[in-house]
Amino acid sequence: MQETLIQLAIFIMAGFLGFELISRVPNLLHTPLMSATNAIHGIILVGGMITIAADGPAWVKFVGFLAVFFGALNVVGGFWVTNRMLSMFRPPKARVKKRKG
Amino acid sequence: MQIASFLAYLLAAALFIIGIRRLRKPETARSGNTIAAVGMTVALIATLFVIEFESLLLIGAAVLLGSVVGAVTAQRVQMTAMPQMVAAYNGVGGGAAALIALSEFYHLSEEGTLGVVAGTTIPLTVLVGSVSFMGSVVAFSKLQELAFTGSVTFPLQQVVNAVLFLGILVLAANAFLDGAILPFIPPVASVLAVLFASLVLGVLLVIPIGGADMPIVISLLNAFTGLAAAASGFVLGNYILIIAGTIVGASGTILTRLMSGALGRPLGKIIFAGIAASGGSKEELEERPVNDVSASAVGEFLSDEANKVIIVPGYGLAVAQAQSVMKDLVEVLEKGGTEVLFGIHPVAGRMPGHMNVLMTEVGISYEKLLDLEDVNPEFEDADAAIIVGANDVVNPAANDPEKDTPISGMPILEVGNAKRVIFIKRSLSPGFAGVDNPLFYDTDNTMMLFSDAKQGLEEVVEAVKNG
Repeated sequence: MQETLIQLAIFIMAGFLGFELISRVPNLLHTPLMSATNAIHGIILVGGMITIAADGPAWVKFVGFLAVFFGALNVVGGFWVTNRMLSMFRPPKARVKKRKG
Repeated sequence: MQIASFLAYLLAAALFIIGIRRLRKPETARSGNTIAAVGMTVALIATLFVIEFESLLLIGAAVLLGSVVGAVTAQRVQMTAMPQMVAAYNGVGGGAAALIALSEFYHLSEEGTLGVVAGTTIPLTVLVGSVSFMGSVVAFSKLQELAFTGSVTFPLQQVVNAVLFLGILVLAANAFLDGAILPFIPPVASVLAVLFASLVLGVLLVIPIGGADMPIVISLLNAFTGLAAAASGFVLGNYILIIAGTIVGASGTILTRLMSGALGRPLGKIIFAGIAASGGSKEELEERPVNDVSASAVGEFLSDEANKVIIVPGYGLAVAQAQSVMKDLVEVLEKGGTEVLFGIHPVAGRMPGHMNVLMTEVGISYEKLLDLEDVNPEFEDADAAIIVGANDVVNPAANDPEKDTPISGMPILEVGNAKRVIFIKRSLSPGFAGVDNPLFYDTDNTMMLFSDAKQGLEEVVEAVKNG
């Protein structure tokens, strides 16, 4: 019971933290933000590893295998594509601002 | 060992938080993503110690397979297809959560240690994860235009959804109570039934949602998968799953709210009403005169009279594959000493911030890409606003209290404040929402260039060069 209460407390705090973190990201970066957070929920891979390691009949192992496969796809694809996208956001070269007379 | 892996999980959580924090600025964003990826690696290595290197071969094979598919798809995807790619990664994450909860239910019921916490969070994980999985599949096929394009509705849709949801609740209770409600369905089979019913629910929830609302669906599904991961953390008693899943769930929720605010419609209306006025009340579309101009006239005006130009790109630009021609236009205008800015509506494109990515891809500096609030004051002293492949986001009808339209209440880019408004559009047809734009008929200030976005821009670029 104690354990569950601690987990609940962490859940609530992480929720507020998530709200705070994201509220300050500008529209400009919303797509990379989404694909990066998308990669982070690939943390589900941890769960997949834990289930696949437990004993069980073949079908449970297969379900675990599928979960790990999905999770790894989520993690690698997510971080990779975010990196590709952000490599395009290069800092601007020397800014030239001229006006017609 | 327990303590070491716990501390490693804390480190991973800290790295995730630092990584997301660095996503606030374009200069630091890329390193932020890398830091988050390092956090993920730390968490995965710690997990190997938690499971004491059991089933290493099976894990290795699955991880290798998943990584290859992930890397290849991520490397190949075009930036215009980013929304469907995010939907796909999102879907597999949700699917993984549902599968994990299913097999964990098997383990716990075998051991006879299924408590209240696992008994409630397992069906919840299965439900949310499966809805996210199938919802993402449907969103993917909508965006890729494979199936379910537009808003698909059928009679009694809400009733069917409600009945299905109730069925899921009964099945979940049956699993928890060891088959006490429906004795002919054993507990594990009940959870499996929850999974299949939730898959169907995922399809039914997303099919009625139309193209322009896709940014909302994508961010909502992202939140769902995050929550599914957090719920599976409760199932497995794993802290990093709870922390990372919850942060993503909360961030997805925030983005979803921002997006529905940018569309001017409450979230509930988008999800439960589909596209409110399917087709939009086709109001009096009588023939009215417009100022139909040629590309050379636009080019001449831009090179002779415009010192400051604001461009509003819409998804039509991407459909016409005209992004690099847009870059050419920016270059010739700047060469002539004209200041060029971009006004990007929050929902331009098919996912939040999508248009910004498409513009930076062709090498347009992100400093020129302004948000709605930042660009609106700029129109006052702009000589021209050029709208390419967009209509709804600049339609003043959205702010007309006399009119009740599907876009009413949506904040718009106030292009009408610029001295001249130039539309590059294929026809007079109103945009996605089907609402006529009064700016089209302002023959004094508006120039209408009827053309495909790519061809029209190419001709304008030529004309500016020669002008």
